[in-house]
Amino acid sequence: MKILVCISKAPDTTTKIAFKDNDTQFNKDGVQFIINPYDEWYALVRGLELKEAAGSGSVTVINVGTTENDPVIRKALAIGADDAVRIDSEDKDPFNVAKQIADYAKDKGYNMILTGKETIDYNGSQIGGMIAEFLNLPYISQASKLDVNGNIATIERDIQGGKEVLEVEGAFVLGAAKGMAEARIPNMRGIMAARTKPLNVVSSTAGEDLTEIKSYSLPPAKAACKYVSADNPAELLDLLKNEAKVL
Amino acid sequence: MSVLIYADSYNKKLTKTAYEAVTYGLKTASLLGTQATVIVTGECENIAELGEYGATKVLHVNKPELNYSEPQLTAFTISEAANKEGANLVVMAHDHSGKGILPRLSVRLNAGSVPGAVELPKNEGGFSVKKAVFSGKAFAQVEIKSEKKIVSFLPNTIPAEKVGGSAQVENFEVTLPTTNVKVKEVKKESTKLSLTEADIVVSAGRGLKGPENWGMIEELANELGAATACSRPVADIGWRPHHEHVGQTGVTVRPNLYFAIGISGAIQHLAGVNGSKVMVVINTDPEAPFFKAADYGIVGDAFEVVPKLIEAIKAFKAANN
Repeated sequence: MKILVCISKAPDTTTKIAFKDNDTQFNKDGVQFIINPYDEWYALVRGLELKEAAGSGSVTVINVGTTENDPVIRKALAIGADDAVRIDSEDKDPFNVAKQIADYAKDKGYNMILTGKETIDYNGSQIGGMIAEFLNLPYISQASKLDVNGNIATIERDIQGGKEVLEVEGAFVLGAAKGMAEARIPNMRGIMAARTKPLNVVSSTAGEDLTEIKSYSLPPAKAACKYVSADNPAELLDLLKNEAKVL
Repeated sequence: MSVLIYADSYNKKLTKTAYEAVTYGLKTASLLGTQATVIVTGECENIAELGEYGATKVLHVNKPELNYSEPQLTAFTISEAANKEGANLVVMAHDHSGKGILPRLSVRLNAGSVPGAVELPKNEGGFSVKKAVFSGKAFAQVEIKSEKKIVSFLPNTIPAEKVGGSAQVENFEVTLPTTNVKVKEVKKESTKLSLTEADIVVSAGRGLKGPENWGMIEELANELGAATACSRPVADIGWRPHHEHVGQTGVTVRPNLYFAIGISGAIQHLAGVNGSKVMVVINTDPEAPFFKAADYGIVGDAFEVVPKLIEAIKAFKAANN
Protein backbone atom coordinates (compact mmCIF):
# COMPACT_ATOMS: atom_id res chain seq x y z
CA MET A 1 0.00 0.00 0.00
CA LYS A 2 1.51 3.28 -1.16
CA ILE A 3 0.30 6.30 0.78
CA LEU A 4 1.07 9.99 0.31
CA VAL A 5 0.27 12.33 3.21
CA CYS A 6 0.23 16.08 2.57
CA ILE A 7 1.37 18.06 5.59
CA SER A 8 1.36 21.76 6.23
CA LYS A 9 3.20 23.83 8.82
CA ALA A 10 0.96 25.80 11.17
CA PRO A 11 1.39 27.97 14.26
CA ASP A 12 0.79 26.14 17.53
CA THR A 13 -2.86 26.22 18.62
CA THR A 14 -2.09 28.46 21.62
CA THR A 15 -0.47 31.16 19.44
CA LYS A 16 -1.63 34.74 19.98
CA ILE A 17 -2.01 36.05 16.45
CA ALA A 18 -0.27 39.32 15.52
CA PHE A 19 0.72 41.00 12.27
CA LYS A 20 3.52 43.25 11.04
CA ASP A 21 4.53 45.38 8.04
CA ASN A 22 1.35 47.41 8.13
CA ASP A 23 -0.78 44.31 8.77
CA THR A 24 0.32 42.61 5.57
CA GLN A 25 2.42 39.82 7.15
CA PHE A 26 1.83 37.32 9.93
CA ASN A 27 4.28 38.07 12.73
CA LYS A 28 6.23 34.84 13.27
CA ASP A 29 8.35 36.25 16.11
CA GLY A 30 8.29 33.81 19.02
CA VAL A 31 5.75 31.56 17.30
CA GLN A 32 6.13 27.83 17.78
CA PHE A 33 5.35 25.94 14.57
CA ILE A 34 3.80 22.49 14.45
CA ILE A 35 2.48 20.10 11.82
CA ASN A 36 -1.08 21.18 11.07
CA PRO A 37 -3.03 19.06 13.61
CA TYR A 38 -5.51 17.56 11.12
CA ASP A 39 -2.62 16.51 8.89
CA GLU A 40 -0.65 14.98 11.75
CA TRP A 41 -3.16 13.56 14.22
CA TYR A 42 -5.57 12.13 11.69
CA ALA A 43 -4.15 11.86 8.16
CA LEU A 44 -0.58 10.82 8.99
CA VAL A 45 -1.43 8.52 11.89
CA ARG A 46 -4.24 6.77 10.00
CA GLY A 47 -1.89 6.30 7.05
CA LEU A 48 0.67 4.69 9.34
CA GLU A 49 -1.98 2.46 10.93
CA LEU A 50 -3.16 1.24 7.52
CA LYS A 51 0.39 0.49 6.40
CA GLU A 52 1.07 -1.38 9.64
CA ALA A 53 -2.15 -3.39 9.30
CA ALA A 54 -1.29 -4.28 5.70
CA GLY A 55 2.20 -5.34 6.80
CA SER A 56 3.78 -3.72 3.76
CA GLY A 57 3.83 -0.49 1.83
CA SER A 58 5.12 3.01 2.43
CA VAL A 59 3.99 6.33 3.87
CA THR A 60 5.54 9.39 2.26
CA VAL A 61 4.89 12.87 3.58
CA ILE A 62 4.92 15.81 1.21
CA ASN A 63 5.14 19.51 1.98
CA VAL A 64 5.34 22.64 -0.15
CA GLY A 65 7.61 25.14 1.51
CA THR A 66 11.07 26.49 2.11
CA THR A 67 13.86 25.00 4.19
CA GLU A 68 12.17 26.70 7.19
CA ASN A 69 9.73 23.78 7.12
CA ASP A 70 12.32 21.02 7.55
CA PRO A 71 11.90 20.71 11.35
CA VAL A 72 8.16 19.95 11.07
CA ILE A 73 8.84 17.54 8.21
CA ARG A 74 11.41 15.76 10.40
CA LYS A 75 8.75 15.47 13.09
CA ALA A 76 6.49 13.61 10.65
CA LEU A 77 9.39 11.24 9.97
CA ALA A 78 9.86 10.80 13.72
CA ILE A 79 6.20 9.86 14.09
CA GLY A 80 6.76 7.12 11.55
CA ALA A 81 6.64 8.25 7.90
CA ASP A 82 9.17 6.38 5.76
CA ASP A 83 10.38 9.30 3.71
CA ALA A 84 9.56 12.90 2.92
CA VAL A 85 9.39 15.20 -0.06
CA ARG A 86 9.61 18.96 0.14
CA ILE A 87 8.71 20.96 -2.94
CA ASP A 88 10.97 23.97 -2.69
CA SER A 89 8.56 26.86 -3.04
CA GLU A 90 6.63 29.33 -0.90
CA ASP A 91 3.16 28.10 -0.02
CA LYS A 92 1.11 31.22 -0.68
CA ASP A 93 -1.65 30.31 -3.10
CA PRO A 94 -3.65 27.11 -2.45
CA PHE A 95 -4.17 26.48 -6.18
CA ASN A 96 -0.42 26.50 -6.74
CA VAL A 97 0.32 24.34 -3.69
CA ALA A 98 -2.20 21.72 -4.84
CA LYS A 99 -0.96 21.84 -8.43
CA GLN A 100 2.62 21.19 -7.37
CA ILE A 101 1.63 18.23 -5.19
CA ALA A 102 -0.52 16.84 -8.03
CA ASP A 103 2.36 17.28 -10.50
CA TYR A 104 4.61 15.34 -8.15
CA ALA A 105 2.09 12.59 -7.38
CA LYS A 106 0.58 11.98 -10.81
CA ASP A 107 2.89 9.19 -12.01
CA LYS A 108 3.86 7.67 -8.64
CA GLY A 109 0.93 5.24 -8.28
CA TYR A 110 -0.26 6.19 -4.79
CA ASN A 111 -3.22 4.16 -3.54
CA MET A 112 -4.38 7.12 -1.50
CA ILE A 113 -3.46 10.73 -0.85
CA LEU A 114 -4.38 11.82 2.66
CA THR A 115 -4.47 15.30 4.13
CA GLY A 116 -6.19 17.14 6.96
CA LYS A 117 -9.65 18.56 6.31
CA GLU A 118 -8.21 22.07 6.63
CA THR A 119 -5.22 23.95 8.04
CA ILE A 120 -5.65 25.85 11.28
CA ASP A 121 -4.07 28.99 9.82
CA TYR A 122 -5.76 29.55 6.44
CA ASN A 123 -8.81 27.33 7.04
CA GLY A 124 -9.36 26.86 3.33
CA SER A 125 -10.27 23.15 3.02
CA GLN A 126 -8.95 23.42 -0.54
CA ILE A 127 -5.76 21.41 -1.07
CA GLY A 128 -7.25 17.89 -1.01
CA GLY A 129 -10.11 18.67 -3.36
CA MET A 130 -7.84 20.53 -5.77
CA ILE A 131 -5.32 17.67 -5.91
CA ALA A 132 -8.22 15.27 -6.56
CA GLU A 133 -9.50 17.35 -9.46
CA PHE A 134 -6.02 17.74 -10.97
CA LEU A 135 -5.60 13.94 -10.82
CA ASN A 136 -9.24 13.13 -11.65
CA LEU A 137 -9.64 11.11 -8.44
CA PRO A 138 -12.56 10.96 -5.99
CA TYR A 139 -12.28 13.36 -3.04
CA ILE A 140 -13.79 12.64 0.36
CA SER A 141 -13.86 15.79 2.46
CA GLN A 142 -14.22 15.78 6.26
CA ALA A 143 -13.70 12.05 6.61
CA SER A 144 -13.82 10.74 10.16
CA LYS A 145 -13.29 7.01 9.48
CA LEU A 146 -11.26 5.11 6.90
CA ASP A 147 -10.95 1.37 6.43
CA VAL A 148 -9.43 -0.44 3.48
CA ASN A 149 -10.20 -3.89 2.16
CA GLY A 150 -8.30 -4.74 -1.00
CA ASN A 151 -9.19 -2.18 -3.64
CA ILE A 152 -12.22 -0.87 -1.74
CA ALA A 153 -12.10 1.82 0.94
CA THR A 154 -14.99 2.37 3.33
CA ILE A 155 -15.10 5.95 4.52
CA GLU A 156 -17.36 7.88 6.87
CA ARG A 157 -17.80 11.52 6.02
CA ASP A 158 -19.28 14.19 8.30
CA ILE A 159 -22.31 15.90 6.83
CA GLN A 160 -24.79 18.40 8.24
CA GLY A 161 -26.17 16.71 11.35
CA GLY A 162 -24.84 13.23 10.65
CA LYS A 163 -22.55 10.98 8.63
CA GLU A 164 -22.43 9.40 5.20
CA VAL A 165 -20.89 5.98 4.73
CA LEU A 166 -19.13 5.83 1.38
CA GLU A 167 -17.45 3.09 -0.59
CA VAL A 168 -14.66 4.11 -2.92
CA GLU A 169 -13.04 1.86 -5.49
CA GLY A 170 -9.41 2.49 -6.41
CA ALA A 171 -7.25 5.49 -5.59
CA PHE A 172 -8.71 8.53 -3.84
CA VAL A 173 -7.87 11.76 -2.00
CA LEU A 174 -9.20 12.31 1.52
CA GLY A 175 -9.46 15.24 3.97
CA ALA A 176 -9.20 13.83 7.50
CA ALA A 177 -11.30 15.11 10.41
CA LYS A 178 -11.46 14.30 14.10
CA GLY A 179 -12.23 10.69 14.96
CA MET A 180 -10.06 9.05 12.29
CA ALA A 181 -7.13 8.20 14.58
CA GLU A 182 -5.51 9.03 17.90
CA ALA A 183 -2.47 11.32 17.91
CA ARG A 184 0.92 9.61 18.32
CA ILE A 185 3.82 11.05 20.25
CA PRO A 186 7.17 10.31 18.62
CA ASN A 187 9.48 8.19 20.79
CA MET A 188 13.26 8.52 21.09
CA ARG A 189 13.87 5.75 18.57
CA GLY A 190 11.63 7.50 16.07
CA ILE A 191 13.35 10.82 16.61
CA MET A 192 16.78 9.23 16.11
CA ALA A 193 15.60 7.36 13.00
CA ALA A 194 14.11 10.55 11.53
CA ARG A 195 17.57 12.08 11.26
CA THR A 196 18.65 9.58 8.65
CA LYS A 197 15.36 9.06 6.78
CA PRO A 198 15.32 10.61 3.30
CA LEU A 199 13.98 14.17 2.94
CA ASN A 200 14.06 14.79 -0.78
CA VAL A 201 13.87 18.37 -1.98
CA VAL A 202 12.36 18.75 -5.43
CA SER A 203 12.12 21.90 -7.51
CA SER A 204 8.91 23.84 -7.86
CA THR A 205 6.50 23.70 -10.80
CA ALA A 206 4.51 26.68 -9.49
CA GLY A 207 2.64 28.86 -11.93
CA GLU A 208 1.15 32.27 -11.32
CA ASP A 209 -0.69 32.75 -8.02
CA LEU A 210 -4.45 33.16 -8.50
CA THR A 211 -5.01 34.73 -5.09
CA GLU A 212 -3.07 37.02 -2.79
CA ILE A 213 -3.57 38.09 0.82
CA LYS A 214 -3.61 41.90 0.78
CA SER A 215 -3.97 42.56 4.48
CA TYR A 216 -4.88 41.06 7.83
CA SER A 217 -7.04 42.34 10.64
CA LEU A 218 -8.00 41.25 14.13
CA PRO A 219 -11.58 41.04 15.35
CA PRO A 220 -12.72 44.31 16.93
CA ALA A 221 -12.23 44.45 20.70
CA LYS A 222 -15.30 43.30 22.56
CA ALA A 223 -17.15 45.53 24.95
CA ALA A 224 -16.80 44.41 28.54
CA CYS A 225 -18.97 41.51 29.64
CA LYS A 226 -22.24 42.56 31.22
CA TYR A 227 -22.87 40.55 34.38
CA VAL A 228 -26.27 39.34 35.48
CA SER A 229 -27.02 38.03 38.96
CA ALA A 230 -27.18 34.25 39.27
CA ASP A 231 -30.50 34.69 41.07
CA ASN A 232 -32.15 36.59 38.27
CA PRO A 233 -31.89 34.72 34.94
CA ALA A 234 -35.04 36.51 33.75
CA GLU A 235 -32.93 39.66 33.48
CA LEU A 236 -30.57 37.81 31.13
CA LEU A 237 -33.48 36.85 28.88
CA ASP A 238 -34.71 40.45 28.91
CA LEU A 239 -31.25 41.66 27.80
CA LEU A 240 -31.01 38.99 25.10
CA LYS A 241 -34.41 39.99 23.75
CA ASN A 242 -34.39 43.75 24.07
CA GLU A 243 -30.72 44.73 24.01
CA ALA A 244 -28.92 42.03 21.97
CA LYS A 245 -32.12 41.21 20.02
CA VAL A 246 -31.24 37.55 19.58
CA LEU A 247 -34.29 35.95 21.20
CA MET B 1 -19.29 39.23 -15.29
CA SER B 2 -22.40 37.32 -14.38
CA VAL B 3 -22.78 35.35 -11.18
CA LEU B 4 -23.74 31.70 -10.73
CA ILE B 5 -25.12 30.74 -7.31
CA TYR B 6 -24.98 27.14 -6.12
CA ALA B 7 -27.98 26.38 -3.89
CA ASP B 8 -27.44 23.11 -2.04
CA SER B 9 -30.23 20.66 -1.34
CA TYR B 10 -30.51 17.60 0.84
CA ASN B 11 -33.26 15.02 1.06
CA LYS B 12 -34.96 16.78 -1.87
CA LYS B 13 -35.21 20.06 0.07
CA LEU B 14 -33.12 23.21 -0.17
CA THR B 15 -30.79 23.63 2.81
CA LYS B 16 -30.77 26.70 5.05
CA THR B 17 -27.50 27.82 3.47
CA ALA B 18 -29.07 27.58 -0.01
CA TYR B 19 -31.28 30.59 0.77
CA GLU B 20 -28.31 32.43 2.27
CA ALA B 21 -26.35 31.69 -0.91
CA VAL B 22 -29.09 33.27 -3.02
CA THR B 23 -29.09 36.44 -0.91
CA TYR B 24 -25.27 36.57 -0.83
CA GLY B 25 -25.04 35.95 -4.58
CA LEU B 26 -27.73 38.46 -5.55
CA LYS B 27 -26.18 41.17 -3.38
CA THR B 28 -22.78 40.43 -4.93
CA ALA B 29 -24.28 40.55 -8.44
CA SER B 30 -25.85 43.92 -7.73
CA LEU B 31 -22.51 45.17 -6.37
CA LEU B 32 -20.91 44.13 -9.67
CA GLY B 33 -23.82 45.50 -11.69
CA THR B 34 -24.69 42.16 -13.21
CA GLN B 35 -27.24 39.32 -13.22
CA ALA B 36 -27.25 36.08 -11.28
CA THR B 37 -28.44 32.59 -12.11
CA VAL B 38 -29.04 29.91 -9.48
CA ILE B 39 -28.17 26.25 -9.99
CA VAL B 40 -29.79 23.40 -8.04
CA THR B 41 -28.43 19.87 -8.44
CA GLY B 42 -30.26 16.66 -7.63
CA GLU B 43 -33.92 16.01 -6.95
CA CYS B 44 -35.52 18.95 -5.16
CA GLU B 45 -39.16 19.58 -4.34
CA ASN B 46 -39.17 23.21 -3.24
CA ILE B 47 -37.12 25.01 -5.90
CA ALA B 48 -39.94 27.48 -6.51
CA GLU B 49 -39.25 29.00 -3.09
CA LEU B 50 -36.02 30.47 -4.46
CA GLY B 51 -38.17 33.04 -6.27
CA GLU B 52 -39.32 34.45 -2.94
CA TYR B 53 -35.67 35.14 -2.16
CA GLY B 54 -35.19 37.08 -5.37
CA ALA B 55 -33.92 34.43 -7.79
CA THR B 56 -35.25 35.04 -11.29
CA LYS B 57 -33.53 32.27 -13.22
CA VAL B 58 -32.84 28.79 -11.86
CA LEU B 59 -31.12 25.93 -13.66
CA HIS B 60 -32.16 22.55 -12.29
CA VAL B 61 -30.13 19.42 -12.99
CA ASN B 62 -32.67 16.86 -11.90
CA LYS B 63 -30.59 13.73 -11.47
CA PRO B 64 -30.66 11.42 -8.43
CA GLU B 65 -26.88 10.87 -8.77
CA LEU B 66 -26.51 14.44 -7.56
CA ASN B 67 -28.68 14.04 -4.44
CA TYR B 68 -25.66 13.73 -2.14
CA SER B 69 -23.76 16.75 -3.51
CA GLU B 70 -20.87 14.37 -4.33
CA PRO B 71 -17.99 16.79 -5.07
CA GLN B 72 -16.71 15.27 -8.32
CA LEU B 73 -20.12 15.13 -10.00
CA THR B 74 -21.42 18.36 -8.52
CA ALA B 75 -18.33 20.40 -9.38
CA PHE B 76 -18.52 19.03 -12.93
CA THR B 77 -22.18 20.03 -13.16
CA ILE B 78 -21.60 23.53 -11.80
CA SER B 79 -18.70 24.06 -14.22
CA GLU B 80 -20.98 23.09 -17.12
CA ALA B 81 -23.56 25.61 -15.92
CA ALA B 82 -20.92 28.32 -15.45
CA ASN B 83 -19.74 27.78 -19.01
CA LYS B 84 -23.31 27.83 -20.34
CA GLU B 85 -24.13 31.05 -18.49
CA GLY B 86 -20.75 32.68 -19.14
CA ALA B 87 -20.48 33.16 -15.38
CA ASN B 88 -17.19 34.54 -14.11
CA LEU B 89 -18.08 34.32 -10.45
CA VAL B 90 -19.53 31.31 -8.63
CA VAL B 91 -20.96 31.72 -5.12
CA MET B 92 -21.71 28.95 -2.61
CA ALA B 93 -21.76 28.30 1.11
CA HIS B 94 -18.64 27.12 2.97
CA ASP B 95 -20.60 24.25 4.50
CA HIS B 96 -20.14 20.47 4.35
CA SER B 97 -21.10 20.39 0.67
CA GLY B 98 -19.25 23.53 -0.38
CA LYS B 99 -15.99 22.40 1.22
CA GLY B 100 -15.95 19.39 -1.11
CA ILE B 101 -17.14 21.21 -4.22
CA LEU B 102 -15.26 24.53 -4.20
CA PRO B 103 -11.69 23.21 -4.59
CA ARG B 104 -12.63 20.87 -7.44
CA LEU B 105 -14.56 23.61 -9.20
CA SER B 106 -11.63 25.96 -8.73
CA VAL B 107 -9.41 23.60 -10.72
CA ARG B 108 -12.08 22.90 -13.36
CA LEU B 109 -12.61 26.60 -14.04
CA ASN B 110 -8.99 27.61 -13.44
CA ALA B 111 -10.50 30.05 -10.96
CA GLY B 112 -8.93 31.62 -7.88
CA SER B 113 -11.14 30.94 -4.89
CA VAL B 114 -11.73 32.32 -1.43
CA PRO B 115 -13.46 29.88 0.95
CA GLY B 116 -15.08 31.10 4.14
CA ALA B 117 -15.93 34.73 3.37
CA VAL B 118 -17.36 36.70 6.30
CA GLU B 119 -18.78 39.61 4.33
CA LEU B 120 -19.72 40.56 0.77
CA PRO B 121 -16.83 40.95 -1.72
CA LYS B 122 -15.28 44.34 -2.44
CA ASN B 123 -14.71 45.43 -6.02
CA GLU B 124 -12.49 48.47 -5.64
CA GLY B 125 -8.85 48.29 -6.71
CA GLY B 126 -9.25 44.60 -7.47
CA PHE B 127 -11.82 42.01 -6.43
CA SER B 128 -11.21 40.94 -2.87
CA VAL B 129 -12.99 39.11 -0.09
CA LYS B 130 -12.60 39.15 3.67
CA LYS B 131 -12.23 35.65 5.10
CA ALA B 132 -11.70 34.21 8.56
CA VAL B 133 -8.16 32.89 9.13
CA PHE B 134 -6.25 31.41 12.07
CA SER B 135 -9.43 29.55 13.00
CA GLY B 136 -11.41 32.69 13.64
CA LYS B 137 -8.67 34.52 15.55
CA ALA B 138 -8.16 36.95 12.63
CA PHE B 139 -9.31 37.96 9.15
CA ALA B 140 -7.55 38.28 5.81
CA GLN B 141 -8.56 40.41 2.84
CA VAL B 142 -7.80 38.11 -0.10
CA GLU B 143 -7.63 39.35 -3.67
CA ILE B 144 -8.65 37.01 -6.49
CA LYS B 145 -6.53 37.83 -9.51
CA SER B 146 -7.80 35.32 -12.06
CA GLU B 147 -10.58 36.15 -14.51
CA LYS B 148 -12.85 33.46 -13.09
CA LYS B 149 -13.53 33.51 -9.39
CA ILE B 150 -15.22 31.45 -6.69
CA VAL B 151 -16.33 32.69 -3.28
CA SER B 152 -17.86 30.61 -0.51
CA PHE B 153 -19.22 32.34 2.57
CA LEU B 154 -19.38 31.04 6.14
CA PRO B 155 -22.94 30.02 7.08
CA ASN B 156 -24.81 32.75 8.97
CA THR B 157 -22.69 35.51 7.38
CA ILE B 158 -25.73 37.34 6.09
CA PRO B 159 -29.32 36.34 6.75
CA ALA B 160 -31.39 35.07 3.82
CA GLU B 161 -33.78 37.84 2.74
CA LYS B 162 -37.27 37.25 1.41
CA VAL B 163 -37.87 39.89 -1.24
CA GLY B 164 -40.82 38.33 -3.06
CA GLY B 165 -41.00 37.38 -6.72
CA SER B 166 -40.92 34.22 -8.73
CA ALA B 167 -38.22 32.25 -10.48
CA GLN B 168 -38.19 30.75 -13.91
CA VAL B 169 -36.94 27.19 -13.48
CA GLU B 170 -35.20 25.67 -16.47
CA ASN B 171 -34.31 22.01 -16.73
CA PHE B 172 -30.59 21.77 -17.46
CA GLU B 173 -29.34 18.55 -19.03
CA VAL B 174 -25.83 17.43 -18.18
CA THR B 175 -24.11 14.17 -19.13
CA LEU B 176 -22.41 13.21 -15.89
CA PRO B 177 -19.00 11.55 -15.76
CA THR B 178 -18.68 8.29 -13.83
CA THR B 179 -17.50 8.23 -10.23
CA ASN B 180 -15.94 5.52 -8.08
CA VAL B 181 -17.78 6.80 -5.00
CA LYS B 182 -20.92 5.04 -3.77
CA VAL B 183 -23.06 6.28 -0.88
CA LYS B 184 -23.87 3.15 1.15
CA GLU B 185 -25.68 4.64 4.09
CA VAL B 186 -26.65 7.96 5.64
CA LYS B 187 -26.63 8.10 9.43
CA LYS B 188 -28.54 11.16 10.38
CA GLU B 189 -30.03 12.14 13.70
CA SER B 190 -33.07 13.64 12.06
CA THR B 191 -34.67 14.65 15.34
CA LYS B 192 -31.68 16.73 16.38
CA LEU B 193 -30.94 20.19 15.12
CA SER B 194 -27.68 20.39 13.16
CA LEU B 195 -24.97 22.21 15.05
CA THR B 196 -23.70 24.36 12.19
CA GLU B 197 -27.20 25.37 11.12
CA ALA B 198 -28.59 26.23 14.54
CA ASP B 199 -29.35 29.86 15.44
CA ILE B 200 -28.72 29.11 19.10
CA VAL B 201 -26.10 26.73 20.51
CA VAL B 202 -25.92 25.54 24.12
CA SER B 203 -22.45 24.25 24.93
CA ALA B 204 -21.10 22.77 28.13
CA GLY B 205 -17.74 21.69 29.47
CA ARG B 206 -15.95 19.94 32.28
CA GLY B 207 -17.75 22.12 34.83
CA LEU B 208 -20.69 19.75 34.37
CA LYS B 209 -18.70 17.06 36.24
CA GLY B 210 -20.03 14.05 34.34
CA PRO B 211 -22.06 12.90 31.33
CA GLU B 212 -25.02 12.07 33.59
CA ASN B 213 -25.52 15.80 34.18
CA TRP B 214 -26.26 16.68 30.55
CA GLY B 215 -30.00 16.30 31.04
CA MET B 216 -30.40 19.93 32.06
CA ILE B 217 -28.23 21.06 29.12
CA GLU B 218 -30.45 19.15 26.70
CA GLU B 219 -33.54 20.56 28.39
CA LEU B 220 -32.18 24.10 28.15
CA ALA B 221 -31.36 23.55 24.47
CA ASN B 222 -34.79 22.12 23.90
CA GLU B 223 -36.52 25.11 25.49
CA LEU B 224 -34.45 27.49 23.35
CA GLY B 225 -34.75 25.49 20.13
CA ALA B 226 -30.97 25.18 20.26
CA ALA B 227 -28.38 22.60 19.25
CA THR B 228 -26.06 21.14 21.91
CA ALA B 229 -22.27 21.29 21.78
CA CYS B 230 -19.33 20.69 24.09
CA SER B 231 -15.70 21.55 24.75
CA ARG B 232 -12.81 19.37 23.60
CA PRO B 233 -11.95 17.69 26.95
CA VAL B 234 -15.55 16.57 27.29
CA ALA B 235 -15.49 14.93 23.83
CA ASP B 236 -12.04 13.45 24.43
CA ILE B 237 -13.03 11.71 27.66
CA GLY B 238 -16.15 10.39 25.98
CA TRP B 239 -18.85 12.27 27.89
CA ARG B 240 -20.20 13.58 24.60
CA PRO B 241 -19.80 12.51 20.95
CA HIS B 242 -16.90 13.99 18.92
CA HIS B 243 -19.23 15.69 16.47
CA GLU B 244 -20.42 17.98 19.28
CA HIS B 245 -16.87 19.26 19.95
CA VAL B 246 -16.64 22.93 18.98
CA GLY B 247 -13.27 24.64 18.86
CA GLN B 248 -10.15 25.03 16.80
CA THR B 249 -9.80 21.31 16.07
CA GLY B 250 -13.50 20.53 16.14
CA VAL B 251 -16.54 22.20 14.61
CA THR B 252 -16.62 25.95 14.02
CA VAL B 253 -19.98 27.50 14.83
CA ARG B 254 -21.37 30.98 14.16
CA PRO B 255 -24.80 31.08 15.77
CA ASN B 256 -26.64 34.23 16.76
CA LEU B 257 -26.45 33.15 20.38
CA TYR B 258 -23.89 30.89 22.06
CA PHE B 259 -24.23 29.67 25.67
CA ALA B 260 -21.02 28.41 27.30
CA ILE B 261 -21.72 26.59 30.54
CA GLY B 262 -18.86 25.34 32.70
CA ILE B 263 -16.30 26.03 29.94
CA SER B 264 -13.23 28.03 30.99
CA GLY B 265 -12.64 29.47 27.52
CA ALA B 266 -9.22 28.26 26.35
CA ILE B 267 -7.94 30.07 23.28
CA GLN B 268 -8.54 26.93 21.17
CA HIS B 269 -12.18 26.78 22.22
CA LEU B 270 -12.74 30.48 21.57
CA ALA B 271 -11.33 30.07 18.06
CA GLY B 272 -14.24 27.78 17.19
CA VAL B 273 -16.97 30.00 18.58
CA ASN B 274 -15.90 33.63 18.36
CA GLY B 275 -17.87 34.14 15.18
CA SER B 276 -21.01 33.91 17.35
CA LYS B 277 -22.99 37.16 17.40
CA VAL B 278 -23.71 37.07 21.13
CA MET B 279 -22.03 34.92 23.78
CA VAL B 280 -23.38 34.14 27.24
CA VAL B 281 -21.01 32.57 29.76
CA ILE B 282 -22.07 30.77 32.94
CA ASN B 283 -19.16 29.76 35.17
CA THR B 284 -18.41 29.42 38.88
CA ASP B 285 -14.97 30.96 38.42
CA PRO B 286 -15.16 34.76 38.00
CA GLU B 287 -11.61 34.62 36.63
CA ALA B 288 -12.51 32.20 33.79
CA PRO B 289 -10.97 33.64 30.60
CA PHE B 290 -14.25 33.13 28.75
CA PHE B 291 -15.77 36.14 30.54
CA LYS B 292 -13.35 38.39 28.62
CA ALA B 293 -14.89 37.22 25.35
CA ALA B 294 -18.48 37.12 26.63
CA ASP B 295 -21.22 39.65 26.03
CA TYR B 296 -23.20 38.52 29.06
CA GLY B 297 -22.01 36.58 32.07
CA ILE B 298 -23.41 34.87 35.11
CA VAL B 299 -20.96 33.93 37.84
CA GLY B 300 -22.53 30.96 39.52
CA ASP B 301 -22.84 27.22 39.81
CA ALA B 302 -24.33 25.71 36.65
CA PHE B 303 -26.28 23.22 38.76
CA GLU B 304 -28.16 26.14 40.37
CA VAL B 305 -28.23 28.60 37.47
CA VAL B 306 -29.31 26.32 34.62
CA PRO B 307 -32.51 24.99 36.27
CA LYS B 308 -33.48 28.57 37.17
CA LEU B 309 -32.73 29.66 33.63
CA ILE B 310 -34.94 26.89 32.24
CA GLU B 311 -37.82 28.05 34.48
CA ALA B 312 -37.23 31.65 33.39
CA ILE B 313 -37.35 30.64 29.72
CA LYS B 314 -40.63 28.81 30.23
CA ALA B 315 -42.07 31.94 31.84
CA PHE B 316 -40.51 34.12 29.11
CA LYS B 317 -42.08 31.99 26.37
CA ALA B 318 -45.46 32.03 28.08
CA ALA B 319 -45.28 35.83 28.40
CA ASN B 320 -44.17 36.39 24.82
CA ASN B 321 -46.63 34.12 23.05
